[in-house]
Amino acid sequence: MVSLLPPRVSAPETPAPAPRRRGSIARGRRRLGIAYAAPMAVLVAVFFVIPLGLMLWMSVSHWPLVGASHPNGVENYDALSDPLFLRAVWFTLKYTLVTTVVLSLVAFGLALLVQHDRRGTGFARTVFFLPSAVGLASTSLLFYGLFNTDSSALNHLVDFLGFGRVDWLGSGGNALGSAVGMITWRFAGFYMLILMTGLQSIDPALYEAARIDGANRWQILWRVTLPLLRPTLALAMVLSLTGSLLAFDQFFILTGGRHDTATVVIDIYREAFLSQDLGRAAAVSVATLAVLIVVNVAQLRLIRREGK
Amino acid sequence: MNRVRAAGLHVTSAALVVLFLLPLLWTLYSSLTGREAGDSGTGNYRRLADYGSGLGTYLVNTTVVALVAVTVTVVATTLGGYAMARLAFPGRTLLFLVTLAILMVPYTTILVPLYILLGWLGLQNSLLGLGLVMAVLQLPFGLFMMRNSFEALPVELEEAALIDGCSIGGALRRVLLRGVLPGVVTVALFSFLAAWNEFVAPLIFLTDGEKFTLPVALFNLQSGSLGSVDFGALQAGVVVSALPCVAVFLVLQRYYVRGFTSGALKG
Repeated sequence: MVSLLPPRVSAPETPAPAPRRRGSIARGRRRLGIAYAAPMAVLVAVFFVIPLGLMLWMSVSHWPLVGASHPNGVENYDALSDPLFLRAVWFTLKYTLVTTVVLSLVAFGLALLVQHDRRGTGFARTVFFLPSAVGLASTSLLFYGLFNTDSSALNHLVDFLGFGRVDWLGSGGNALGSAVGMITWRFAGFYMLILMTGLQSIDPALYEAARIDGANRWQILWRVTLPLLRPTLALAMVLSLTGSLLAFDQFFILTGGRHDTATVVIDIYREAFLSQDLGRAAAVSVATLAVLIVVNVAQLRLIRREGK
Repeated sequence: MNRVRAAGLHVTSAALVVLFLLPLLWTLYSSLTGREAGDSGTGNYRRLADYGSGLGTYLVNTTVVALVAVTVTVVATTLGGYAMARLAFPGRTLLFLVTLAILMVPYTTILVPLYILLGWLGLQNSLLGLGLVMAVLQLPFGLFMMRNSFEALPVELEEAALIDGCSIGGALRRVLLRGVLPGVVTVALFSFLAAWNEFVAPLIFLTDGEKFTLPVALFNLQSGSLGSVDFGALQAGVVVSALPCVAVFLVLQRYYVRGFTSGALKG
């Protein structure tokens, strides 16, 4: 979630505390620096840098789940024109678009509702945020129960409102809507918190000035709040985009990918562990990663420009 | 007019609060009631306790993974954050950039090579291996948090300790650690929540039923029984898995919010 910061590397150069023997102290600090950073460097190298390289190598190798592997050129990248993969891409894009729009609107509404310290807003903030402490897999299992038991609170409510019985996960469209509803419940508080920090960093004098100039609430929202909130909104958008493009838990648990609700990551999982072809899975991973890096870099540029 | 508006806001907030609490409360309620829960209301929990290798095993597994993740994250980022903030050493900028790059590379895309790599290290199907991977995912946030925490401490504090005869390590242990404790709690909290709740990594890395973490065991409970899901036991499981997170979050809320407002997100 910190992906958007400009990488400031501005650690202060501490002057050596004792001026005598400066050379040896500086050397000592340098050695200590290496020693202290070593555990992290090892972890990053072993569990991040090497897997990245390995992924590239695997993507150009015939690499079954069990058995020997050998290089096979770009054959694995055929997986990118597989109709199952293309359907997964289409569904993932659709899901990402709907989720990002719905989630941003709801989170923004909640942030506006609880941004000021009034009686009860502290409690409301905590409640809105509470679902974010529950894991996504647990949330999916929870909603699986809500959707699929006739006596659940949700089905009672819908019945009471006169909609009768709804098959929440019975078709691609229904499952998409249900998942978006669930994700909104789970993540709205999280994004609310992000937007709130943005809202609270807006100088109240600006609102005051706008009111004195005769602006109404609506005008203030459009002309003052939203423009000043743009960097924060963009940040929330990037997080939501990346998160939704990589959706897995919710559809894997709710539908198991049935009714054409397989996402790209579900497709990777299927290639790797059902088709038992790790090479093809790596090829899809490389392509996904490339797309995500392009998206991230583009958005980073956008945010930085707006931040100025 | 303003009073009407205020009342409207209150009603809206109250309705939303109920809407957000409803799924959690309903699950808690229905895990304790119904025909299968029996008269004492513990029926669902008793069936859950006996499911698969036993709820106890899954809880222990999940705790082990979370403990490994939290310990490794905290130790690595405290030492690393201190080095980044106060010690000049070759490769510092490179390490910082590569660590932050973990965020640019969503981990689900490197799970497949990680699976192979863990096999090479003899850590496939191992709770330790899973805990280490979970720790690495928390490094960017942790490093950032800890570096900022150390930078926020006055340099004089460390100098005074050094003049009083502490070594750098001693100053870090005896003096500075106290100052960055809030940062450590924040990092530990984020790491715990992520590791406890993780689903896809244990699903791929753990192949042995006795090693499953709680989310994977609950997924099996839901998907393994063809046609007839034991919803009572499932809801009890959701309660058991969510309760520690909700409790820890409620107690340490302000540290969580700190993670957002510390500048880590503003960029």
